[in-house]
Amino acid sequence: MTSTIKIALVGNPNTGKSTLFNILTGLNQKIGNFPGITVDKKLGYCKLPGGRQAEIIDLPGTYSLYPKSRDERIAFQVLADSTNPSYPDLVVVIADATNLRRNLLLYTQVADLGLPVLLALNMTDMAKKEGIDINVDKLSERLGVQVVPISARSNQGIDKLKAAIVNTTMATQLAGADMDHLAPGALQHTRELLQTDHTYLCLQVLHQHEHLGRYTELEHEALEEIKRTNDFDASKLQAAETIARYRYLSSVLSGVVVDTGAKRKFAFSDKIDAVLTNRFWGFIIFFLILFFIFNAIFSWSTFPMDLIEGGFGWLTEYGHEHLPEGLLTDLFLDGILAGLGGIVIFIPQIAILFAFISILEDTGYMARVTFMMDKIMRKFGLSGKSVVPMIGSLACAVPSIMSARNIENWKDRIITIMVSPLVSCSARLPVYTLLISLIIPEKMLFGFINLQGLTLMGMYLISIIAAILVAWVMKIIIKAKEKSYFIMELPVYRMPRWKNVIFTMYEKSRTFVFEAGKVIIAISIVLWVLATYGPPERFAAIDRKYEQIEAQKIETEIATLERDRSAEKLENSYAGILGHVLEPMIKPLGFDWKIGIALVTSFAAREAFVGTMATIYSVEGGEEGTTIRSKMLAARNPDTGLPVFTFATGFSLMLFYAFAMQCMSTVAVVFRETKTWKWPIIQIIYMTALAYVASLIAYQLLK
Amino acid sequence: MKLSQLTPGQSGTIVEFTDLEMSVKLIEMGCLPGEVVEVERIAPLGDPIAIRVAGYQLCLRKTEASVIIIE
Repeated sequence: MTSTIKIALVGNPNTGKSTLFNILTGLNQKIGNFPGITVDKKLGYCKLPGGRQAEIIDLPGTYSLYPKSRDERIAFQVLADSTNPSYPDLVVVIADATNLRRNLLLYTQVADLGLPVLLALNMTDMAKKEGIDINVDKLSERLGVQVVPISARSNQGIDKLKAAIVNTTMATQLAGADMDHLAPGALQHTRELLQTDHTYLCLQVLHQHEHLGRYTELEHEALEEIKRTNDFDASKLQAAETIARYRYLSSVLSGVVVDTGAKRKFAFSDKIDAVLTNRFWGFIIFFLILFFIFNAIFSWSTFPMDLIEGGFGWLTEYGHEHLPEGLLTDLFLDGILAGLGGIVIFIPQIAILFAFISILEDTGYMARVTFMMDKIMRKFGLSGKSVVPMIGSLACAVPSIMSARNIENWKDRIITIMVSPLVSCSARLPVYTLLISLIIPEKMLFGFINLQGLTLMGMYLISIIAAILVAWVMKIIIKAKEKSYFIMELPVYRMPRWKNVIFTMYEKSRTFVFEAGKVIIAISIVLWVLATYGPPERFAAIDRKYEQIEAQKIETEIATLERDRSAEKLENSYAGILGHVLEPMIKPLGFDWKIGIALVTSFAAREAFVGTMATIYSVEGGEEGTTIRSKMLAARNPDTGLPVFTFATGFSLMLFYAFAMQCMSTVAVVFRETKTWKWPIIQIIYMTALAYVASLIAYQLLK
Repeated sequence: MKLSQLTPGQSGTIVEFTDLEMSVKLIEMGCLPGEVVEVERIAPLGDPIAIRVAGYQLCLRKTEASVIIIE
């Protein structure tokens, strides 16, 4: 047989499932979508002995087939529905050997569904070290399936696992705990309705049929009817089932697991916890770690980012010199290549943030952070797990929003995603620095506090406070279907797996480039068109004007003239016209049409503000060699003759940049992560409204 | 007595639950009636708490711990 065998990988969280998936498939993975849900479908391919190919699907980690979150529901939807395109030929259940009984709960449920199944016992080396001895043959005999001891971490037993996969061609598992007695009447009717003799499948279908697409409206009604007439109490039955399964597992495991080291097993982890979650040291260490990460994202990424920026700049210049002049060249270099550069520039920060996140997760520290921060974050509608995305947003919201995937609770995750872009990111820094230098005098307060620095810090504080307040408002507005739980395993501390760290960096960067990249390139092209084209007659007039002047001037001044000409063209481009159209709307905020152009161009990315200002103000401002800063400082309002960049305007503009959603990468990534346009659109609207109102109030009060 | 009333180091045996919906989640995680639970530590801000049960460490909010009746 040469056909591809479909394998589903299931297991509890923290069992090394992803590590095993990476080992089995290498880089031969792809990330797809389950229709209609926000969960990534991780698929990979693997060569099996005998030349067969396996398609492996990595299902989200779960403790049982009864889901606590939307993500966990996938396991049930894939395994309980033979019409699902991902329905496997074989299920590999991976169980943590150091905590076998709880891990086997899921196994017994999966086995009872009747699919061919085999059990991979992971971390057997660890278990042995901790004094847990498992009689694998006895376990295999009692369960009736192949049991393969492996260590995904040190790459042991993988060949045996592959051999076992090839050898498992049918369901051999022995019957486990009796499920029929739980609800005999309802189950009898369901078996007749579905024409199957799989009792446990029927029980699961009764519990969760509304999440299975295979049934018709009539069948759903019939199932509901069965539940009504037989007094089907879901919670009570689920509790009874779980207790029955644990009882069954106790008898299966008696004589199989010999635990001689339960006492010393956690001694090491306990010692670390005594420090890391200490009342006093806990927070200090956490903030030091955060500071280190934040610092690293900034400083380690500078060099590669400069390299990328320089590289794309060189490529653009080289292209303009060597490619034939024309529309296509301009579109390719200034539209597409510029957009591409805008995507690639984020890779260093994404890779660094995710390297740290994966180290923190792998070692078990992340669970402790969640544990420590939950109480504060919960007050504002967030969860302990929101801390990392929020802090990471100080560097860049894009990787942070991607990291919010670790938050299981849907509402907590959405709120985190919605407020993360409010936290001032590194792209706002050049805007703040420029404006602060314009409106705040370079003075020392009490002789040692730099007033400009203080203002900058103030901007960051304002942004964090805004994020927390908005989170609190959303907590009240957004209705959650699921109750927020915080029943979470605290895994023992372990060394990070460096291979996983590399995998995570690669996978997240790739996902960003391919998924968010499409949207970013499209918007870049649109913006390029807007800023490059204008009504033809206006452009022709500008060209004529400058050609006449150029004819009279000497060589050296032509460069200056070229800049003036592009500035005048920008003013008359569609973006410029848009700036003029915006002017009445933004006048109450203290902005003129020039700032309007900057607002339009920085819809793509905030950094564009400085560049746009540089281009626009090169028209005026007089002599050669002056900086943008001095030109902006010299700018006067044509009506009043007063400076444009007063304290009121500058501060209002800073607030606008602090709150407005001017980052298409973020929009694209929010769309990717929520898989609907609803959230990014709400986000754009609320953030723009917030920015407008804040700037309006600031300007009207200060002017 | 409720589990949430224990101080770190104290332990008890689970007798029953006062909230059916919550009990389902807890049972799934190994908090079965008859199991011995020990409070290991309390988060720096007083909530949530970390308990030792069924051979591993579990953390839960105090409101969740208060549905577990122990002796």
